Amino acid sequence: MAATHTFDELAVEDLAVRVRGVTKEFGSGDSLARALRGVDLDVPYGELLMLVGPSGCGKTTLVSIVAGTLQPTAGDVMVLGKDLVTMSNGHKVRFRRDNVGFVFQSYNLLPSLTAAENAAVPLLIAGWRRSRAVAAASDVLDLLGLGDRLRNLPSELSGGQQQRVAIARALVHEPRLLVCDEPTSALDAENGRITMELIQRIAVQPDRAVIVVTHDSRAYSFADRIALMEDGRIESVESGPHHAADHRD
Amino acid sequence: MFWIAWKMLIGNRVKYLGIIFGVVFAALLIAQQASIFCGLMSLTVSQIRDVEGPSIWVMDKNVQFVDDIKPLSDNELFRVKGVPGVDWAVRFYKGIARARLQEGNYEQMILLGLDDATLVGAPEGIFMGSIADLRKPDAVIMDDAGYRRIWPGEPFRLGRVFEMNDHRAVVVALTKASRTFQSFPIVYTRYSQAVTFAPPERKVLSFVLADAAPGVPVEEVCGRIEAQTGLQALTREQFLWKTVRYYMQKTGIPVNFGITVFLGFIVGTAIAGQTFYLFTVENIRQFGALKAMGTSNWMILLMVLSQALQVGLVGYGVGVGLAALFGWVSRGLSRLSFFMPWQVLAITAAAVFVIVLLASLLSIRKVLIVDPAIVFRG
Repeated sequence: MAATHTFDELAVEDLAVRVRGVTKEFGSGDSLARALRGVDLDVPYGELLMLVGPSGCGKTTLVSIVAGTLQPTAGDVMVLGKDLVTMSNGHKVRFRRDNVGFVFQSYNLLPSLTAAENAAVPLLIAGWRRSRAVAAASDVLDLLGLGDRLRNLPSELSGGQQQRVAIARALVHEPRLLVCDEPTSALDAENGRITMELIQRIAVQPDRAVIVVTHDSRAYSFADRIALMEDGRIESVESGPHHAADHRD
Repeated sequence: MFWIAWKMLIGNRVKYLGIIFGVVFAALLIAQQASIFCGLMSLTVSQIRDVEGPSIWVMDKNVQFVDDIKPLSDNELFRVKGVPGVDWAVRFYKGIARARLQEGNYEQMILLGLDDATLVGAPEGIFMGSIADLRKPDAVIMDDAGYRRIWPGEPFRLGRVFEMNDHRAVVVALTKASRTFQSFPIVYTRYSQAVTFAPPERKVLSFVLADAAPGVPVEEVCGRIEAQTGLQALTREQFLWKTVRYYMQKTGIPVNFGITVFLGFIVGTAIAGQTFYLFTVENIRQFGALKAMGTSNWMILLMVLSQALQVGLVGYGVGVGLAALFGWVSRGLSRLSFFMPWQVLAITAAAVFVIVLLASLLSIRKVLIVDPAIVFRG
């Protein structure tokens, strides 16, 4: 998972995400708001990129566009070799289903499903049979240390456990892009650390990329690179502590 | 995915029961009121149904329903008999008579006069006495409900005497008979006896009951009778529906029941729709997450519709079941008429289907327009 090359050496096919000149405007006239003002960003495979910056700087908008849930006003967005800007909505839905995993700030688990059933949701969306999907999800939960909580409802789990279920749900269908929105913001320090360790250990693979939106400076140590956003632009992209550690190793 | 939709639906028990309640309320009210309406309508035609044998009813051309008696001349019987294709024809008297009881009370009764020779139209549910006794002087057969109404609490007993039009009448037999719309006691007697019980009139013949000769279509014989006599000749079914149509068109009964059914429909839709919408709003982030994870709008639409259909099925089952239970219980407790044919079930099912469809419309719109990016907003 360690990036041993410099960023400038990467070819387009090495990039999981390539964003060029992306703008996003909401509203019109006097109420026009520019959330993104010409963003360029590359995320190579095998990398965990952290998107940081103050509230309202455009992180969520950018990650929504990269995940294919929001259409940019202008610019180019290539994700896993596919042009999301020209892609039809129907194709985008299938693209997300097959290629993108999500970890949300508020978990967004279905309260009436058990942990295993929640983790199986992407497989059910993909058309798997329930028993097979739940069995596969149970294996992932086991890997995340929740093997004894498979039949628990979200309300019976702690915040950290719920976030682990959400991670299992994000990974169960082996997506090539994992998008995490503030995955540690609702967790205490210990659970936040465990969550980031799990994301880094299990999600970051040579054929995958992980984008984490966060305010939590404690999570920075897990990043390969950190992109700092401000006022709808990427101000800087720096190697993260984890990238440096990998190089030392 | 339908399984997920179902789990989402029953996950919130309070809202789930709230939606079910709305549908149950509507289904119960619609099925119950429609069944009472059908029960009332069946009462209006009970006397046509109870007259077994003749397939043709002949009457004045202006008669609109079974109780709309416009007496005919006795000669009309022979004119009908003379129509080709008529196998046989007999007289039939139907009217309201005022009976004076031995206790001095008066009671209105439905008086039916049967052809003296054949007794065509005689009741088939005699449980005490004999039809043959009707040939005795002053003999009448009374229905059991009428007996209980006149002599409440008293055991069934033959030989009871009362007067009609100052003529003595003796109960020689008791019979089961379908209840009538007016709920008056029914007395059967011979035609010649009936005209003495009835108030004096120049014409007394109410109907001519006839049957078609073997091999001749009944409708064709009716047409011949009408053409040859100028009277109105209807098959049993035609007369039955003509009577029902009269009550439907000329009375306020359908409107009154219709208002109640409509209110049930509206209130049921409002309760189910509001609760279903609240349920959807409460789950909107979950729907957003499903969309973000790759669930198509089409599948989301099917999920919401499956939820609506599920509450519709449960609500319909419980509502119609309660309505049937009401009918079963009330049959023993009161004289409420209750008749639930399959058409009531079908109409209620259609109404419930429309209710859940309307109830889900707002929710469908809500989930279809929800931006999957909602899940990224805190």
